[in-house]
Amino acid sequence: MKKNQSKLPLTIIGLVAVVAIIGTVLFLRSGAKPPTQLKNTNTTQANNAAKNTNALANASPGAQPAWAKGPATAPIVIEEFADFECPSCAGFEPVIRQIKTIYGDKVRVVFRHYPLTQIHPKAYDAARATEAAGMQNKFWEMHDLLYDKQKSWTTSGDHRAEFANYAQQIGLDVERFKTDMLGMVTAQRVDADKKRGDSARIASTPSAFLNGRQLDFATEMSNTDALRRVVESALQGK
Amino acid sequence: MNADENLESKNADKIRILPLIAALVAIAGMIDAIYLTVKHYTGEKVPCSVTGGCETVLSSEYSEIGGIPLALFGVLAYFTVFSLATLAAFGDDRMWKILSVIVALMAVFSLWLLYLQAFVIGAFCQFCLLSAGTTLTLFLLVIIRQFLPKKLS
Repeated sequence: MKKNQSKLPLTIIGLVAVVAIIGTVLFLRSGAKPPTQLKNTNTTQANNAAKNTNALANASPGAQPAWAKGPATAPIVIEEFADFECPSCAGFEPVIRQIKTIYGDKVRVVFRHYPLTQIHPKAYDAARATEAAGMQNKFWEMHDLLYDKQKSWTTSGDHRAEFANYAQQIGLDVERFKTDMLGMVTAQRVDADKKRGDSARIASTPSAFLNGRQLDFATEMSNTDALRRVVESALQGK
Repeated sequence: MNADENLESKNADKIRILPLIAALVAIAGMIDAIYLTVKHYTGEKVPCSVTGGCETVLSSEYSEIGGIPLALFGVLAYFTVFSLATLAAFGDDRMWKILSVIVALMAVFSLWLLYLQAFVIGAFCQFCLLSAGTTLTLFLLVIIRQFLPKKLS
């Protein structure tokens, strides 16, 4: 009787361990599900997408001219709102780069700043750093570098010094870069883009619009194949 | 006198309530920690929400020790606590003593993590807060049982 009893707790512990392991494996397999706290966001996005085929039509214009790659006449225009300090924006970057490589001049990629300053204290400076580089015609070089080195400058104690190093690396006039970064023009351009994002009611970064329709993050932006399917069907619809 | 004796003999094969509650709380903590661990490995492409701070907290330099996500340590800790609590619920009081020490350490660590979120990272993560809640509940149970008469606990 006593022996039986001492085995029961061990059996329970073993069972819980097995269930936990099976649960973990199933959960892992179900893949990168969107986290619960974003559920509301996703449904608003879906609603936006369903209601408005052109969610950007009435949005504030943003910085003029916008930073864009690809011809203005391209049949596909992807407008991305991003924050350089956001890990998933860095994760989306290879996706958008690959799409640009695959489709070339058929795709125009427009970049908009949407720094989430509440949770990313260095994002606003980062956005201004790319704008300052842009004043010396090297916006995309700085944009790429900030994503590539995200881990380094986001954890750095002096991110501005780090930006100055990057400026030197891509061959900018560093003194001019430093002044521009803290100047009015860069702040105004970033704010204008942010305002455009707000008026388009985006709720998270990265957010992207394909010919004015907001893409769903989980199903249309999570990897190159997913976005490629969207681009293909948009091209066929033309 | 007779009644007293009766109670004692009953206690011997009765499930102890506080350790049982502790076991259930530990399971809740374990599920939360498993969720966070899985998210750590697959969560690369979780979008940053304007309102939440999960992404910031879970991708901060404090989210790993030597490349192992903190949440995984959490899973192991909660499982250990669950096991000890289960054994204690069946009457093994030595296990409860070990549990008390572990839970005290976990509580201190939880406070440290709360401090990091509030003052260093500057963002809170709701699932991390839930974990702090379960740990502090466990700690509370340990304290309550300490001061409760043996027969009642």
